[in-house]
Amino acid sequence: MRTSETQLGAAGPAAAPGPSRGDDYLRHGTGIRSWLFTLDHKRIGILYLVSILSAFFLAGMFAVLVRTELLTPGKTIVDADTYNQFFTLHGAVMIFLFIIPGIPAALGNFVLPLMLGAKDVAFPRLNLMSWWLWVTGAVLSVASIVIGAVDTGWTFYTPYSTTTGQKGVVPIVLGVFILGFSSIFTGLNFIVTVHKLRPKGMTWFRMPLFLWAIYSTAVLQVLATPVLGITVALLAAERLMGLGIFDPALGGDPVLFQHFFWFYSHPAVYIMILPAMGVISEVIAVFSRKHIFGYRFIAMSSVAIAILSFLVWGHHMFTSMSPLANMLFSALTFSVSIPSAIKVFNWLATMYKGTIQLRTPMLYALAFIFLFTIGGLTGLFLGMLAVDVHLHDTYFVVAHFHYVMFGGTVMAFLAGLHYWWPKMTGRTFSEIGGQWGFWLVFCGFNLTFFIQFLMGSRGMPRRYYDYLPEQAIYHQISSVGSYLTAVGFFVVAGCLWRSLRQGAPAPANPWGGNSLEWWTPSPPPHDNFAETPVADDPYDYANWTYDPALGGYVRPPGRPA
Amino acid sequence: MAHPAEATSEHGPGVGHVVPIRTLLGVLAVLLVLTIATVAITLFDLGRMNIVVALAIAFVKGALVLLYFMHLRWDRPFNAIVLVSAILFVVLFIGFSLLDTFQYQPEVIPGYAPALEP
Repeated sequence: MRTSETQLGAAGPAAAPGPSRGDDYLRHGTGIRSWLFTLDHKRIGILYLVSILSAFFLAGMFAVLVRTELLTPGKTIVDADTYNQFFTLHGAVMIFLFIIPGIPAALGNFVLPLMLGAKDVAFPRLNLMSWWLWVTGAVLSVASIVIGAVDTGWTFYTPYSTTTGQKGVVPIVLGVFILGFSSIFTGLNFIVTVHKLRPKGMTWFRMPLFLWAIYSTAVLQVLATPVLGITVALLAAERLMGLGIFDPALGGDPVLFQHFFWFYSHPAVYIMILPAMGVISEVIAVFSRKHIFGYRFIAMSSVAIAILSFLVWGHHMFTSMSPLANMLFSALTFSVSIPSAIKVFNWLATMYKGTIQLRTPMLYALAFIFLFTIGGLTGLFLGMLAVDVHLHDTYFVVAHFHYVMFGGTVMAFLAGLHYWWPKMTGRTFSEIGGQWGFWLVFCGFNLTFFIQFLMGSRGMPRRYYDYLPEQAIYHQISSVGSYLTAVGFFVVAGCLWRSLRQGAPAPANPWGGNSLEWWTPSPPPHDNFAETPVADDPYDYANWTYDPALGGYVRPPGRPA
Repeated sequence: MAHPAEATSEHGPGVGHVVPIRTLLGVLAVLLVLTIATVAITLFDLGRMNIVVALAIAFVKGALVLLYFMHLRWDRPFNAIVLVSAILFVVLFIGFSLLDTFQYQPEVIPGYAPALEP
């Protein structure tokens, strides 16, 4: 590692106690088959990580293309139809291929059994199948670009998606159908794993909060995703056979499609954000060196969010529903802000009088709290019926959900990625590189999206190819921001890539966490633990002291380590 | 499995509760009778009760399948909770969607709302 960060990062060759490095999961088997057909949750986690990061890169490129087209009014680089395809693919790939599987399938797969002190998830083969389904779904979805890229928006609203000559609709919705099963399998696996494989000493209320979040997410995945499957299957059937469920010309109802779609897709928003909140609960406590505040409230608010998320789907349809349904959904929508706020207040209270260490994961976590709060509060504007009429389908909505999804989930994903990176790879990354990456992404993100609140409230509709000259300056600031964000991501990627090549070996516990994944060497051995650990309070950091020679935290002799 | 020990000793490991074949055949017979009843009832016009009777029969059939063929009767109560909550979600989903549909129906086709006719 770099000399500039000798204080914490440079561990030297000293490794963690426990099994030798020779048997770590990365070296347990060699060859491409040992990866593609592995049943090891850690390797499947890595497979997922590589896959979703590829999807993230692809969708990110579409985002940059969209923003580049919007640099000037009228045509900048592509025609209007191609532009429509760009933003559709940006949305569809980001949502279905990156952000939904992002934290649960990649980080969750790696961390969940380790946090439980288990050898693996409950159903390792189902886990592998889930990844293969992801690959199949991804290939089908991306193949739709070749067959005839769709320009319906990621929501595939009818009757546009069923009556226009878009050849790609059927392959992409079949891809989404298959991706849904990938998600259901992951959820099912995690539910059973949390129920059945908790170690001695880990009662429900002594689970790390990340597990509560992943568990709540898994319930959502299992309950909500089948509805997405039904919806896209009906859409495909409607298109291929003219069923007439959603087509008014055949006696169908296009608003019914929106009900179907959002009954899944609103809970899906929480499939995206709940695991992110779980990551934040871990990172905030560890880097404040203080016990998490309000454990039960954070845990139960995850469950509350999961339940409430099923009651609010109508707020996506305020301009197409009846007044009665609008009133009900508007009122219900506000209820979700309660558990979300409970979490934010508890994180802040955790930091209060803590010994805050501004390491890279913590910076991302702080950014999460800041950006998620903006994203959440602007959601209240949109949940209010009178205001929503003005803001509906404007850039205000775009800014709002990017603050939640990017400012929230992606920031938390990056927090988790940096936090568990030493555990996953056995390498420490450059703190300076990590922080540069953070600041570039953070500034780029805000530059891109904050201006869109202004743009939207001044009437710039979303998805439009052209705009009035007075909107140009907003669009240009936003586009410059997107380039800065892209540069930031390349810095993040470069920093992590460099750590793989040149990073110093990571100690078992570089950050001083007390959940069970820090009790095993980095990277963990194939079987995770030499002997099954006994869990205690995951947020009790008192017994870990920093060892500068090791670059990580150790338990004083006499205690189990 | 409510009786893991029993299951293991009687039917070998990994086999759950086994329903006696007589019970299964009995349930099958009841299901067939109810199917005939579903068809037969269409010969009488009960007015608004048509749909109620048809759904009531379907409900009984579904319950029999769940309780006996899917072993819910002998399963842990937790599985019943899962089932009931899944049904509640379906009710929620369809209930809200229909509520909305009925509400805006008159606006979609002014003056023509067959779904709302008494």
